[in-house]
Amino acid sequence: MSAAAFIVIAIFTLAGAIAAATMPRLIHAALSLVLAFIGIAAFYFLLGAEFVGLVQIFVYVGAVAVLIVFTILLTRRGQEDTRGFSWGGVVVAIAVFCGLVWAILHTRVSDAAPQIDPLTVKRIGEVLMTNYVWPLQCVGLLLTAALIGALILVAEEKR
Amino acid sequence: MPGEFVDQIFVAAKRWLLSLLPHAPDWVVQIASALLNIILLLGVFATLFALISVLERKILGRIQNRYGPNRVGPFGLLQPVADGIKMLIKEDVVPIRADKVVHFLAPIMMLLPAILALGVIPYGRNMTAFSIDGGILFFFAVGSAAELAVFMAGWGSNNKFSMLGAMRAIAQMVSYELPLLIVVLPVVMIVGSLSPDAIVAAQDGYKWGIVPRWFVLTPWGAAAFILFFVAGLVESNRTPFDVPEGESEIVAGHMTEYSGFKYATFFMAEYFGMFAVSGLAVTLFLGGWHAPIAWLEVVPSYLWFFAKLAVLLFVFIWIRGTLPRTRIDQVMSFAWKFMLPMAFTCVIAAAVWHYQAHGWAGWLSSLGIVAVVYLGLSRLLDTRRKFATRTYRFAE
Repeated sequence: MSAAAFIVIAIFTLAGAIAAATMPRLIHAALSLVLAFIGIAAFYFLLGAEFVGLVQIFVYVGAVAVLIVFTILLTRRGQEDTRGFSWGGVVVAIAVFCGLVWAILHTRVSDAAPQIDPLTVKRIGEVLMTNYVWPLQCVGLLLTAALIGALILVAEEKR
Repeated sequence: MPGEFVDQIFVAAKRWLLSLLPHAPDWVVQIASALLNIILLLGVFATLFALISVLERKILGRIQNRYGPNRVGPFGLLQPVADGIKMLIKEDVVPIRADKVVHFLAPIMMLLPAILALGVIPYGRNMTAFSIDGGILFFFAVGSAAELAVFMAGWGSNNKFSMLGAMRAIAQMVSYELPLLIVVLPVVMIVGSLSPDAIVAAQDGYKWGIVPRWFVLTPWGAAAFILFFVAGLVESNRTPFDVPEGESEIVAGHMTEYSGFKYATFFMAEYFGMFAVSGLAVTLFLGGWHAPIAWLEVVPSYLWFFAKLAVLLFVFIWIRGTLPRTRIDQVMSFAWKFMLPMAFTCVIAAAVWHYQAHGWAGWLSSLGIVAVVYLGLSRLLDTRRKFATRTYRFAE
């Protein structure tokens, strides 16, 4: 059951990712990337990480995709939003791939899956508020600073 | 007990239907159970959509002092059938410069999240179609996909008005998603769970045997409910916040280039979204499927849910018939300057209420916090514009 689900989701995600990498029009590529995001969320669900999967949909489909699409829309003029082929992109892609392969080969995989309690939202909240409270506060501060910075950038200057 | 039997009749019927597959493997039973839920959900809400579309026109007619639709069937009740046939046989016009695939997918992408969001709402005792731990999060996660669908409709049509409408729609949906989410926070905080079933269970019982423990009856809950309802109006693009499709300015916004059944699908998505937001409001603040008075518990739980849903839908229609459309800048400044601070106030008021053991002192102090912030904000946001009394010289 879960092997079949894995194959179906993998095909779906890869199709979305390949379409995102090869589509000539940028908006189409951005919309295909959304399919890949949904596929990754489905993987999280399959692995039992319900909360992470939901946040993946929430953040990536709801916010990041809209951000990408608007960036494309507001920075290009008219119909010339097509793209060519760039060797720089190929080099970066190969470098990332090699890095990932290196990381995967150097990871020790134990045969038996470790027994862990199901990860509930409650536990994530408790851990965030106890062990990781300082990182959480730092992220909050950073985001607030970013928000205020964005407001200052777009605010009209008063004379 | 007959009351319990009627209450659980749908649950029992489903169990009986599933028992017809005795030797099937586990996954067949799981898929059959999911399919049954989906079919029932779609059936109920498609019927409700048909009913509410004719009721809306009837009520609007009543408010505007005219008859609504009254030609097809008794009291015009068969009007949705006529509308459906009309929409199906209409020509489907696709602009020649439009992006065909994106244009085609947009209405589907719009309807999909609305239907998915309906899945996590508890409709009655043991009647949640898709019961997961993070149900509330699921609701908002799939709901956020609607913004992308609006963008696809606006961009795919390759039309100025469509794109402008989509920009407006996304701007207001993104702005109001924030207060909508933060207003849910106090309920989640008090209950300590993101599951809609747990939230409904927490509102069970009656204080002193008469007053139900619904969250709307606490000061923070009442404020949060009103804020949630307003944000819900915006999220489902209903009047007075229907600037994305303001027909006097930008034709029909992102739906300008849609006709026939695709247009009907957008219409359906809007109503399904309205059902979903009202359903969540009932679940979060109005006690879900619980009865308002103890001895009325004999009435089946799903009837209570749909009665509360009907009241909220009526208010949606009532507001549409009463209020004029706001300007886009008014919509945006209302979100950031009023809704957001009030939403945060609700969180603080709920915390104060909780740490004073849900008693009288907590009730009064949370009322005080909400009232002080409300009065302060209205002071600050007052434009101090003086309006002279209007005089009519010729009209008497």
